[in-house]
Amino acid sequence: MNKTINQKAWFFVIPVFVLVAFNAIIPLMTVVNYAFQETFGNNVFMWEGTRWFKQIMLSERFHASLGRQFLFTFIILFIQIPLGIAIALTMPKEGVGVPVCLVLMSMPLLIPWNVVGAMWNIFALPDIGFLGHSLNALGFDYNFTQQIGDAWFTTILMDVWHWTSLVVLLSYAGLQSIQPAYYQAAEIDGASRWAVFTKIELPKMKKVLTIAILLRFMDSFMIYTEPFVLTGGGPGNATAFLSIDLVKMALGQFDLGPAAAMSLIYFFIVLLVCWVFYTLMMRNEGNQ
Amino acid sequence: MAKITLKDLSHSYLKTQSSDTDWAVRNVNIDWNDGGAYALLGPSGCGKTTLLNIISGLINPTRGDILFDDKMVSNLNPVERNIAQIFQFPVIYDTMTVYDNLAFPLKNRKIEEEKIKSKVHEIAEMLELTSTLNNRASGLTADGKQKISLGRGLVRSDVNAIMFDEPLTVIDPHLKWILRSKLKELHQKINRTMIYVTHDQTEALTFADQVVVMHEGQIVQTGTPVDLFEKPKHTFVGYFIGSPGMNLLPCELKGGEVIVNGKKIEIHKKVKSNSFKKTEVGVRPEFINFSSDGIPVKVLSVSNTGRHKIVDTQSESGKIKIIAKPNENIPSGSAFLNFKKEYTYAYGDDWIIE
Repeated sequence: MNKTINQKAWFFVIPVFVLVAFNAIIPLMTVVNYAFQETFGNNVFMWEGTRWFKQIMLSERFHASLGRQFLFTFIILFIQIPLGIAIALTMPKEGVGVPVCLVLMSMPLLIPWNVVGAMWNIFALPDIGFLGHSLNALGFDYNFTQQIGDAWFTTILMDVWHWTSLVVLLSYAGLQSIQPAYYQAAEIDGASRWAVFTKIELPKMKKVLTIAILLRFMDSFMIYTEPFVLTGGGPGNATAFLSIDLVKMALGQFDLGPAAAMSLIYFFIVLLVCWVFYTLMMRNEGNQ
Repeated sequence: MAKITLKDLSHSYLKTQSSDTDWAVRNVNIDWNDGGAYALLGPSGCGKTTLLNIISGLINPTRGDILFDDKMVSNLNPVERNIAQIFQFPVIYDTMTVYDNLAFPLKNRKIEEEKIKSKVHEIAEMLELTSTLNNRASGLTADGKQKISLGRGLVRSDVNAIMFDEPLTVIDPHLKWILRSKLKELHQKINRTMIYVTHDQTEALTFADQVVVMHEGQIVQTGTPVDLFEKPKHTFVGYFIGSPGMNLLPCELKGGEVIVNGKKIEIHKKVKSNSFKKTEVGVRPEFINFSSDGIPVKVLSVSNTGRHKIVDTQSESGKIKIIAKPNENIPSGSAFLNFKKEYTYAYGDDWIIE
């Protein structure tokens, strides 16, 4: 059968093209514009070429915040993914417990990010916060506003509290879609609980876990509001992750050129890591 | 290998039971002889799968006992009962190769590597899976996957029984025949008890030596395909098996005689007086012929299937179907029917009266 060729069909693409142009391409192009030029305001621009990119790539400040960012993302992935799977495994599969657990689990996801930051800030304050005060009362020297370790501990705890639910819900959905016959067959085959987990549950959860890891990677790699409200990037620059550092450079110091270059580099890192990760996870799907 | 006995077995998925319909399986008493090929036949929702899962130990029955060779196994788990079960949808372990899939039940039982290897190769040979042993199991077609499920049951040489829960549901029609004859062949080769659950009478009748018919949680009849055809013990067996099913007409029982609409009918033996709510007389379309005297009917339509003609007629007491030879002359308009006495039975409240 021959396909009908009608070039007028391109007109149907126009609305989407205009929408995407206005909400993504054009703003991105402004950033690209800034990244290659220097401006002193009044719409006066001077061509700088790749100068800002070189400056950022060689800057120790960028290396440090990038390092902090990767460390933070790895730690929270390392905690949230196994913890999320573990919680999903212990959740009830039927009965009244199901809606109760689901609602409780979704609760942290529904709270606005700056509220989460503010909540944890007050919660962790060493003098009046429940967490901070209790820890000190128990004999720990805890003060997240002054000690680097405590600041990291609190930021990570906050993120685990806020986002583990997402991994739980996705894993739970994956687990629920496994046919009971798989468990029955495993029972008859004499499989241990561990074998059921590694040979049935994990492989069946692979797709949702891929999505969970990708989402958690992207969100945590671009995290801004919560640590900004909680620690403001401090003490010093200890919790100044990439986005916090970027905002400081762009709006604090008004270094628009380097900041634009940095945001482009930032964007490509996210893209690259996601692509590599997705390709690795889906490598064996082709032969199914 | 063992004889499997189910004693006064009942199971309900509800916590409290008030009526018969609350039971998924009720009052089952049956012996499955060692090495037999059984089919468990019945419509969807009649309790077949529940019964199967009770035998394998996946479900604990509400009441009753399960015995293997007169040894109580009611409290044993599926591994201890040593049963193989094949499910409706092929169950394979996606990340493993075909070889690892087949070896999995043996590895779980800590059998040494050499024995596993020879056993897996033997079974793979039997199921024609040898060429795919090193492939990932997830890449196989549905029938290949179902063969793996079957193979995982067969690698254990000491299983007490192999149970199939509608195993051909997702298999293409042309492969169904091949797999079914493969199963039959396998049964002759390994001589293990096999219980085959199905709602398809052709599958049941071709696979099994003994067919167990279930209806609303009860076993209504156990017998060879010929028994079920010639002497249905329950009206359900009468109309579920056979195409078209048995003709059932309301009747009266008076002094040992069967009366349909004022006309006396001869049946296989005299019946005793009774106190049934509902009495019927049943005869299969195969055992009715046209005659000069008998039940008066009007011939409604004749359809020719090639092998035989199916005649629809209307009597005073209801519709009657007749199977006639393809070359037989069918009277039009009014006619009289004669039931073959030895295949005509009386049923009281759906059960045969003897």
